[in-house]
Amino acid sequence: MLNSQAKLNSKIFDKDVEQAPTRNGYGEGLVLAGDQDENVVVLCADLTESTRSDGFAKKFPERFFQVGVAEQNLATIAAGLGISGKIPFISSYAVFSPGRNWEQIRTTITYNDSNVKIAGAHAGVSVGPDGATHQAIEDIATMRVLANMKVFVPCDAIEAKKATLASAKIWGPVYLRLTREKTPIMTSEETNFIPGKAEIFWESKRPEVLIIGCGPILHNALVAAKELDEEGIGSVVLNCHTIKPLDEKQIVELAKKYKAIVTVEEHQIAGGLGGAVAECLAKTCPTPMEFIGMQDVYGESGKPVELIEKYGMGVGDIKEAVKKVIKRKK
Amino acid sequence: MEFLEEMANLIRKDVIEMLLEAGSGHSAGPLGMADIFSALYFHVLDHDPKNPDWADRDRLILSNGHICPVRYAAMARAGYFPVEELLTLRKINSRLQGHPHRKVLPGVETTSGPLGSGLSQAIGVALAGKLDDKKYRVFCAMSDGELQEGNTWEALMFAGKNKLNNLVAIIDRNNIQIDGNTEDIMSLEPLKEKLESFKFHVIEIDGHNIEQFIDAVNEAKVIHEKPTVIIAHTIPGKGVSFMENDYSWHGKPPKKEEADKALIELGILGDKIKNEHKVN
Repeated sequence: MLNSQAKLNSKIFDKDVEQAPTRNGYGEGLVLAGDQDENVVVLCADLTESTRSDGFAKKFPERFFQVGVAEQNLATIAAGLGISGKIPFISSYAVFSPGRNWEQIRTTITYNDSNVKIAGAHAGVSVGPDGATHQAIEDIATMRVLANMKVFVPCDAIEAKKATLASAKIWGPVYLRLTREKTPIMTSEETNFIPGKAEIFWESKRPEVLIIGCGPILHNALVAAKELDEEGIGSVVLNCHTIKPLDEKQIVELAKKYKAIVTVEEHQIAGGLGGAVAECLAKTCPTPMEFIGMQDVYGESGKPVELIEKYGMGVGDIKEAVKKVIKRKK
Repeated sequence: MEFLEEMANLIRKDVIEMLLEAGSGHSAGPLGMADIFSALYFHVLDHDPKNPDWADRDRLILSNGHICPVRYAAMARAGYFPVEELLTLRKINSRLQGHPHRKVLPGVETTSGPLGSGLSQAIGVALAGKLDDKKYRVFCAMSDGELQEGNTWEALMFAGKNKLNNLVAIIDRNNIQIDGNTEDIMSLEPLKEKLESFKFHVIEIDGHNIEQFIDAVNEAKVIHEKPTVIIAHTIPGKGVSFMENDYSWHGKPPKKEEADKALIELGILGDKIKNEHKVN
């Protein structure tokens, strides 16, 4: 059942559960961060409304900079601000930033250790009809491989707001992964968001598998856990909102306990959450794993729910993966 | 002026010795920019080598990081660190990385090397200065070759539109890049007109005439409605006859005999500078 200590939304499994895109939480978080610290500045590359930077731009016009369609300039101007006492947030679609400007981020933000926060909106195939060119499914990998970078993947709009506020307070480069579509609100204002600390959202009476997820697709993992529980298969679901630094301590602890793992992410299975967990476990306790995510392919146009199903990230796929990994337990 | 010219020559000698010791690195660019770096560190910049993090200091962003030997030499001569440390360039555990790194050497404002991103960073620093109501000026030394990078033109567009009058870009127009002459590889001309159309105040100077450079900086200070770019026409490899204007010296260091010959030539140049000022 749902972990009561996590103080989750009680309507999490209801048909009429509240829904909001995580980018909305980012927008709210930006305004709050701007209120709390006058050094917070925001830059955008011609996607102000879409990345929800408009609230900040209206409230603090003198601290908002429109860069135009120029993501390399976006990152490098922010790098200059970030070494000059400012806390710049930059936002675009993740394919463009941190996609197109990766080397600029590497040299001028992470190696240079500039205090820049990078928000990549429209991540995952759930971007939908725009098609594969606009669906970032490599961004966790390309960001977590950078030394000095922290990576947050909020599961809902409330968590996105908390992650945005936390980013402003943490020194150093941060990547925040955001999504376009409305998705279920799983957490509440009272749910913990501690950077680097994964939270258990679901715990069956007799768990035999650990499901680790991040981002809005965590909702599918929770629904799968509930249905499996009803079928007599117990599980624990961990919300791993921080990919870097990974909560290695808790993941190792739970892996030793349950001895089988399924990771769930809307990202390539290479280099994402699943990759990070596998790297961690290979060091101290190799554990059978199954990976839910994009299987080394690109997405396409379609409705978000159709794409999630077609590319093997639906509730049914997660349940199958759980059954498969349990069979592999030693 | 004599002091600045002699310092430039001393910096050139340092550069030759550093590159010889390192066994790798770039020769032409650092020699070509020695006059300007002498002028910057010993006349133009409002800075304090003993307090490199001073909040009100003028900022010098080096965009084409590969010419860092000239910056390191100027910094050492200005008192940022001991001159002996120059010979650690490009060696293990050195603060003098092959391309400069902000985190290890106080006084280096940004990490740089990959071309085309320095001007944007200078813009960020200039914007922060305006937000904080600081009076510091931001100088960005850059190469002509890196004008082939799209990121540079994104930066020029932004600075022009936003009238960043606390920003001065200095383009080392030495006409060479690794593969050859810029106009053969990917032509940049008409450069002045291009930069003017991006809403910059453009000043062209002889990059080896320190007086012209100082005058250009003073002119930039009174231009309020635009950022300024100084196109400094320089001779790559300046001061060493067999390196001058030869693009093959862009990215290689001198061997022992070549370095000896270069130091002799620079010695003669030093005497010439002294004599010229005596006559005047």
